[in-house]
Amino acid sequence: MSMATITMTRRTSDAVNTADVRRARRKQNLTGWLFISPIVVGVVAFQFFPILVSIAASLTDWNGISAPKFVGLKNFSEMFTDDPLFLQTFKNTVYFTLASIPLTIGIGLVLALLCARPIRGVAFFRTAYFAPYVTNVVAIGFVWFWFFQPDNGVINGLLSQLGINGPQWLSSSSWAMPAVIMVSVWQGIGYPMIILLAGLQGLPNEFYESAKIDGAAAWQRLRFITLPLLTPHFLFLLITQFISSFQVFGLIYVMTKGGPGHATSVYIYNIYQNAFSYGKVGYASAMAWILFVVIAAVTFLQWKLQKRWVFYT
Amino acid sequence: MRIVGKTSQYVVMTLFAVAFLAPLVWMISASLRPEAKVLSSPPKFLPTDTQWSNYGEVFDLIPVFLWNSVKLAGLNVIGILIVASMAGYAFARLRFAGRDIAFMVLLATSIIPGIAYLIPQYIVFQHIGWVDTQYPLWVPKVLTPVFATFLMRQSFLTIPNELEDAGKIDGASTFGIYWRIMLPQTKPALAAIGVFTFLESWNDLFGPLIYITSENLQTLPVALAQFQGEYFTKISLLMAGATISVVPVIAVFLFAQRYFIQGITMTGMKG
Repeated sequence: MSMATITMTRRTSDAVNTADVRRARRKQNLTGWLFISPIVVGVVAFQFFPILVSIAASLTDWNGISAPKFVGLKNFSEMFTDDPLFLQTFKNTVYFTLASIPLTIGIGLVLALLCARPIRGVAFFRTAYFAPYVTNVVAIGFVWFWFFQPDNGVINGLLSQLGINGPQWLSSSSWAMPAVIMVSVWQGIGYPMIILLAGLQGLPNEFYESAKIDGAAAWQRLRFITLPLLTPHFLFLLITQFISSFQVFGLIYVMTKGGPGHATSVYIYNIYQNAFSYGKVGYASAMAWILFVVIAAVTFLQWKLQKRWVFYT
Repeated sequence: MRIVGKTSQYVVMTLFAVAFLAPLVWMISASLRPEAKVLSSPPKFLPTDTQWSNYGEVFDLIPVFLWNSVKLAGLNVIGILIVASMAGYAFARLRFAGRDIAFMVLLATSIIPGIAYLIPQYIVFQHIGWVDTQYPLWVPKVLTPVFATFLMRQSFLTIPNELEDAGKIDGASTFGIYWRIMLPQTKPALAAIGVFTFLESWNDLFGPLIYITSENLQTLPVALAQFQGEYFTKISLLMAGATISVVPVIAVFLFAQRYFIQGITMTGMKG
């Protein structure tokens, strides 16, 4: 065979190959996109599109029914200069968040440490601590609503056994928020407990052995080995707990409806009322975007600040 | 860690267990009391004067709510498992143009707080006549399972190539490989997602609250909140209803606790 024919045949087979490859690749692309088409359609239709509407709506005066009226940034300026309720619900939300995060993570840590030790019956205790987390807020809200009744409720009943005259709880503007926080902590502790328990069970043993040889006391091991090794878990919990606490809604809706007055009205509850009770869709959308900015900024800050305290082995 | 002795550890753990379970125990015992004895001084936690007829009365009211809750949970679980496992499989095991960008974009949507798109979603559903139907409580959820897709992708990534190759040699179609060979390998992830989805659907408050106004379409937990003045006028009946709304969840949780905890820790710290 001469050189010329060899090159010829190679060329034709190359041509066939590229056509085949192209056809196969097209088929691969089609198959891939068919597999993800339900979620792609869903996210475009139920998230992207509404998000665009929401951005546009935040610049309008709109009740959701009649034609929206463009008002520029007025919604945003109104929030900060002309809406005392916005500022109050923002403060209430910060109060709720700052109180509930350390309590859930702190008590969650104690429970995780207790459950990490392999003792008989530990599965029962773990399940008991976790049960409120899977229970719906309506049932929980109702139970605690009756617990907090000032005159014949369970909490003040128990307090009076100890000779203490309990406060008015949910009908007192200063005690309603602590009461709601207590319930939220009680319900929410299961999550940090499980995360920290998984963290504890994954800790390397070497550190503890050498610490024992060095004669470190148990609390020293906790303070200088366990806690530093768990810092990545604490960071994760701080971020996720901030995001969820800042958007608390269910317990507030069931237990207080934001009252008494607006003492327990939180950010999402305020958005909910504006959008669905007062029909202020434009204004509520603007509030939703401020919420996004706050959450994104705090999350970013926590991520940046981790260098200062999170310890990676 | 031996910070305290075993006995004191049991004492502390038991005290905590009482604190966590007492409200739930009170709920059950209140549901069994005559109305006049629900709130007693000093408070009682264990049932007294047990009155089972409360449940009889509640069962006259709630079958339709209970059915709605079951139906929606079923639709959400089945729908999300199918959509998320298909997408997760494609993102983990198939090669196609735009795959990685599409995946990143999907994940990015999860940083936007739900409330930002829930408001316009409501307006859109109002326009297409979906308000006061059950569609908004499952269609948008089934078609946007970003978190479940992420979990499924992780799970498909861990399956060895040999299985898939064997299927290819046998001439199975891509869908056949996904459905018959790969999907059965991801049972733990499917179970975790199933439990999460069930709980989320069952316990959802916001969706049923804003969308459902017709009584016969409402879910059980939200019906308790919405119709307490109308039907559940007695505390004992309200607590019986609350107990019934909690039992299926606790049952599912007890059966599938392992998968549930796996799911939490998987998404929590290994991402």
